[in-house]
Formats: sequence, structure tokens, C-alpha cells
Amino acid sequence: MSEAAHKETPLYKEHVRLGARIVPFAGWLMPVQYTGIVDEHQAVRNNVGIFDISHMGQFIVEGAGARDWLNTMLTNNVGKLEAGMGQYTFLLNERGGIIDDLIVYRIGDQKFLLVVNAARTDEDFAWLEKHLKEGRSLGRPDGGWKDAAPLALINRSADFGGVAIQGPRVVEFFRALFGRETELPARNQIVKLPFNGVTVFVARTGYTGEDGIEVFFHAHDAVNFWNAALEKGKPFGIKPCGLGARDTLRLEMCYPLNGSDLSPERNPIEAGLGFFVDLSKPKFIGREALLKTKENGPRERLVPFRMKDKGPPPRPHYSVFQNDERIGEVTGGTLSPSLNWGVGMAYVSAAHGKIGAQIDIEIRGQKFPAIIEKKPLYKKSAS
Amino acid sequence: MNVPDDLLYTESHEWIKREGENVRVGITDHAQSELTDVVYVELPKMDRQANAKEAIAIVESVKAASDIYAPVKGTVIEANKALEADPGLINREPYGQGWIFVLKIDNADDLKNLKDAEAYRKQIE
Repeated sequence: MSEAAHKETPLYKEHVRLGARIVPFAGWLMPVQYTGIVDEHQAVRNNVGIFDISHMGQFIVEGAGARDWLNTMLTNNVGKLEAGMGQYTFLLNERGGIIDDLIVYRIGDQKFLLVVNAARTDEDFAWLEKHLKEGRSLGRPDGGWKDAAPLALINRSADFGGVAIQGPRVVEFFRALFGRETELPARNQIVKLPFNGVTVFVARTGYTGEDGIEVFFHAHDAVNFWNAALEKGKPFGIKPCGLGARDTLRLEMCYPLNGSDLSPERNPIEAGLGFFVDLSKPKFIGREALLKTKENGPRERLVPFRMKDKGPPPRPHYSVFQNDERIGEVTGGTLSPSLNWGVGMAYVSAAHGKIGAQIDIEIRGQKFPAIIEKKPLYKKSAS
Repeated sequence: MNVPDDLLYTESHEWIKREGENVRVGITDHAQSELTDVVYVELPKMDRQANAKEAIAIVESVKAASDIYAPVKGTVIEANKALEADPGLINREPYGQGWIFVLKIDNADDLKNLKDAEAYRKQIE
């Protein structure tokens, strides 16, 4: 794809003005860093950082049938969501493979907001639309989706911009932005708040392991919000942060990255994310395949690891060995800025992937010892 | 970007400082800024013989690993061990303490194939 074919978020010009290095990512021109990945990473771990997440997709599903239909499309149980709450969930194919991981919020009694990955937005929407049409034409009672109550599926991705504001000082910063008296949403809650004459959605969610919020607004309000946040965030040491820091932060927490850790060839159980799958639901796409995986045990498992010695950092696609047998492949790796140590995640054969097991990572033909760890790789020290 | 006048340069962003029969080699200010935070350096082995443009060291940032090339044919006679403990020297002092290796050159005429500061400045403009 040529540069010209890449989309710009409503904040693109602000990134350029701030001197960001821009890279193509998932069809968008995105800032990978402003001052430096380590610097931005530390801003989020110690103060607060702001990320442009306008490239992510937003769908609205609305109507009397919305909840029951979504429950047939997504792995987690939408029925458990109180109004105003969100949950992490998966969109699977029939083989149980992951099309996307996303957050679904119940923003009204019969209205849901899905926030999906940029790289998968079009594919997700096409998948949902196809199943909505097919399912409904199959009719009742048991040929297809049994609920034929009306619902609408709308792709709002182009209308919305968004930012993630993450870091231990986010609570103070939130009050500076929205007013002393304004209550923060609870973890996984989404609220509508007024901001400088417009309405924004604020969710207490994130992808960094720090306390944080994600704010969604109309695309034409994006620049105002971004600049106001940077200005009001100054006393809190706010820094604009790029995709580079987003990746090192999520990797330290072992949060999966779609396209690296998750793919249509991997299912949530292999990825160690079975918690977000409700197999007690009678019907959802991929359920039968997951039941089989659960029964037989996954062949491979996604595990975090830490290098034993100081040395070259692990990288995606490096081979993983145990006693000279190749047992898997690294999906993501880096030198963790928080630990100043090489860490990563890898799919390895389930029989070998026990916590505490010794493995070797092959780097440029040489083997470097590592140890399989528990999630997360980075824990905040109790201070 | 700092491009000192008294050094020679390669297309692949190494700088070269002539020291008699030897050359000292590192990466330019521009290169370190593009690579960003250097977190690991794999130094060349002592006495290794290398041809011009042969990859003999690796500099790794948080994001990626990049090859470093021998600018001319020669033999490695020194490698900067200080980078093993403090790879960030490459970012902080690319032309000073952040040097990577010293080559004993086979043929001083080979240096004519390298760029001067002005030509390198044009390249990175």
C-alpha cells in the first residue's frame, strides 16, 4: 500500500507539529514516537501520557434484538453488562480463530458500542453485517439466530476520534480536565461528559496496565480536545505517546496484540484468555471449536518469558527451543523499559509451556536462555 | 543534525575517522536519532576480517535490530566494550564514547570510496 493510500486521523497534523515520527500502521499514518519510546513509556508509568487512538473502529448496535444477537457473535456474555459498563471480548470465526479482540460497552438499555482494532475494522464490520443478514433470513425458531427482534448495525468509525490517557496521575488530571466535582467512571464503565461545550464519552479502560481513561469524541472536536488535554496536563507531566510506547507498555502487561499474539489461526484458549469466553452461553460463533479445544487441551499456548541474562532483546519470529527441540516461536519481544531486561511472549507447545520452565530463544543462530513466567511480566512495586 | 567536517561517511550512516593505518567507526548522529534508544550492541569479534559493506556489528533499539557495516576492507583490532554495559553511549555521544570498532585497513586507497561531510549532509537532507 502506498503512503498516499493511508488515512490520517483527525490529529495527524498535531502529531506532525509536535515532531512525531510517523509510520504507516493498519492503513493509517500514526505517530510511533515523539521524544523517544523509553521516555514516553516512563511518562505513562510515572505520570501520565496521551495516545491518539482515533484509528480504532467504532460500531453501534441498537435495538430490541441487539443484546441477544451480540451474544451470538461475541464470546463474552453481553447479558451480564449493566447499562454503562464494558467488557473485553472476542469475535471468532467458526474454527474458534480470533477475527478481533474488542471492547463492547452497553451505552443504553438496548444500545451497544463496539470499539475494535484499526486493522480489522472493515473485516469485522463485513463479518457482522453478513451474519446479521444471513441470520435473519434463516428465521426462527432454531434455523438461525432465534431472536428476530429488530436491530441496527452502524459503522461510526469515520465519525469518531479518540485518545487514551494513561498513568498514575490520571485521576488528578481527569479532575483538572472535567472539573473537581465530576466523578470518574468506575473500571470498565463508560460515561457521557460535557467538555468545552461538546459531549464526549469517557471510559475507564486502557492498554498499558496503568490506571487510565479512553475518551471518544466527534472527529471535528479531536484537535480541541487534544490540545486542551496537553495544555491542562502540563502540571502533571503529560507527554504525547506513540505506538512504540504503547507496544512496550502492553507487552510488559502481557496484553495481546492482534496480528501478533492473536490471529484467525489462534483461539482465545490458546492465547490464555479463556476468561473472556462464556462457554455456558448456548450459542455463539466458534463455541463448538472452543469446547473441543477445552476438552482436548490446547496444542500450543501463549506464554510470557523473561531472558535469563542481559543480552540481545527477543523479537517476533525468533525460534523457541527446549533441550534442543524447537517448541515454538516468539510473537512479541523487546527490552522492557520498566525492567531494563529482555522480555517477550511466545506460542510454545502446551506440554513444554509450564511456568518456571527453562527455554532458549534463538537469536541470530545463537541460543540465549529464558524462563517462562507468570502474567504480567511487570508488576508495579507496592509504593 | 551534527555532521563533523573532519570525518568520512558511508551511505549506510557509519562515520569513519582515520587514525594512521586504522579507522575508528561508529554511527552518525542522524542514524542514532533514527534508531532511537539503543538498548543492545553486538560487537564484532577481534581479528575478524571483513570486506567493505559486510555486516559485522548489530545495534538494537527498543523497536528493531540494525546491521552495522565495515566501511572498507580490513581487520577488527578493537571493539568498544563500554557499549556492552552502556549501549546508550551511542545515543549520547555518537562521535565520541559511542564509537563501535576500529579496523586496520587493507588499502588506504579504499577510503576514497567514502563520502565527505558535505556529501553525507546532502544524503540525509
